[in-house]
Amino acid sequence: MKDQYDVIVVGAGPAGSIAAKTAAMKGLNVLMIEKRQEIGDPVRCAEGVSKVWLRKHIEPDHRWICADVKGSRIFSPDGTMIEMAEEIAGGEVGYVLERKTFDRALAYESAKAGAEVMVKTRATGLIIENGFVRGVRLMHLGEEKDVRSKLVIGADGVESKVGRWAGIDTSLKPADLETCAQFLMGGTGIDQNYCYFFLGNEIAPGGYIWVFPKGKDLANVGIGILGSKSGKKHAIDYLKEFVEQKFPSAKILEIDVGGVPVSGSIERTIANGLMLVGDAARQSDPITGGGIITAMEAGKIAGEVAYEAVSRNDVSVSMLEMYEKRWRQTIGLEIDNSLIVKDLFVSFTDGEINSLAHSLEGVNFSSMSLIDLLYALFKANKKLLWDLRVLFKNVVKHELDFER
Amino acid sequence: MAIKVNKFKCGYCGACVGVCPPGALELVETWIEADEECTSCGICAKICPVGAIEVSR
Ligand SMILES: Cc1cc2nc3c(=O)[nH]c(=O)nc-3n(C[C@H](O)[C@H](O)[C@H](O)COP(=O)(O)OP(=O)(O)OC[C@H]3O[C@@H](n4cnc5c(N)ncnc54)[C@H](O)[C@@H]3O)c2cc1C
Ligand code: SF4
Ligand code: SF4
Repeated sequence: MKDQYDVIVVGAGPAGSIAAKTAAMKGLNVLMIEKRQEIGDPVRCAEGVSKVWLRKHIEPDHRWICADVKGSRIFSPDGTMIEMAEEIAGGEVGYVLERKTFDRALAYESAKAGAEVMVKTRATGLIIENGFVRGVRLMHLGEEKDVRSKLVIGADGVESKVGRWAGIDTSLKPADLETCAQFLMGGTGIDQNYCYFFLGNEIAPGGYIWVFPKGKDLANVGIGILGSKSGKKHAIDYLKEFVEQKFPSAKILEIDVGGVPVSGSIERTIANGLMLVGDAARQSDPITGGGIITAMEAGKIAGEVAYEAVSRNDVSVSMLEMYEKRWRQTIGLEIDNSLIVKDLFVSFTDGEINSLAHSLEGVNFSSMSLIDLLYALFKANKKLLWDLRVLFKNVVKHELDFER
Repeated sequence: MAIKVNKFKCGYCGACVGVCPPGALELVETWIEADEECTSCGICAKICPVGAIEVSR
């Protein structure tokens, strides 16, 4: 470890690794620190990812792909199933990853590009001088040290402190967080070609239960509930109930827990000398809770902007505005739209979810476009059209890509 | 310190750190530390996925 770098990246998740790789490939001097001793472990993810978007960042590798998914099966509270096949299921069609291996592969990519990677190294504060972030105070094996840099990229996940240290309040309200628990299970007997989703306020208030195939007869069986609805019962209690009832003889091989930000875009993700990316910038999708792709997209933009800023010798907010603008015009638009859908979704009663599902029952989705799907939904549910009118205005305005 | 984290239950996921309004919590490698900024608001205990936190008021 040196005393001075162009860029210090805090956190070696997908956001940090892509940011570090991008900046290092451009020739910047990059240090990426990770407080864990093993990158990617423990897992806090259901590991589902869109194929198309993943390929933009890394060539798929069988070493970290557990399952290739062809569609989704969504169950309403009364058990009505809606099946979506390859062409239309959007974000859910893709791979189920092994994040422990995947996150390490991404970190290795950044190392190969020239970034220095340090594990068991935690940021404990920022060096701030004249209103500019000028480096990181870190702790490695119990020793504190100041390391200076022209720029800091905060990629420190849901527990992010980097933003707060620079005066950006990233704290999440309970209603802006999905609290999650997951079992890796053997012997569920699910069809490995599908991702399963179970909806209902009884089983998962303000969220859903997922069952994602992980190859052989393994599956990630997990739940997210809205933080504001957690308390008397916690996510793990709902999950245990579901599993006892649905997969009584399946075996638990791993327990994962975590929180996903579902706040939608926050007000500011930059300060002088600082950019926030991924979960640290609350960039996960409010409706699905997916954040791997958005984290990588933001990481890429931040890495590119870091290069621009360092080469022009200007790391002020007015320069870094380039990052803020670019992510808001891309992933930000989809995050905002998902927030509209999420706010509506969490207000649905089980009866309303059932009636939506009934209106779609028997429809052959593989032959329909997303617009057809929405049309079928709205024909049967006029109120929905009204509730989502803002979404449509956005879609028409920006011709959004729903395939992420 | 007004909160107690049951380290045998905690899955060191960091969710509590993300919601704490004054930033009193820190996920240090595999355990949670709380400092004197804690106001005993109870939000962390509410959202912990496994119910590992107890708040005394
Ligand atoms: C239960 C669950 C299920 C999910 N399922 C999916 C899914 O199926 N698909 C999907 O796309 N997304 C999913 N997500 C969301 C996804 O996991 C995250 O959005 C994604 O990991 C964000 O990447 P990141 O790089 O921003 O943060 P992270 O992957 O969280 O990485 C942040 C890193 O920073 C490190 N760090 C934190 N603080 C410091 C510090 N002070 N110093 C040094 N290092 C630090 C952490 O140890 C961590 O390694 C899920 C999340 C949960 C909780
Ligand atoms: S939210 Fe609960 S499980 Fe997660 S780190 Fe905090 S105390 Fe531990
Ligand atoms: S009780 Fe409130 S202030 Fe105290 S640690 Fe928990 S969330 Fe933070």
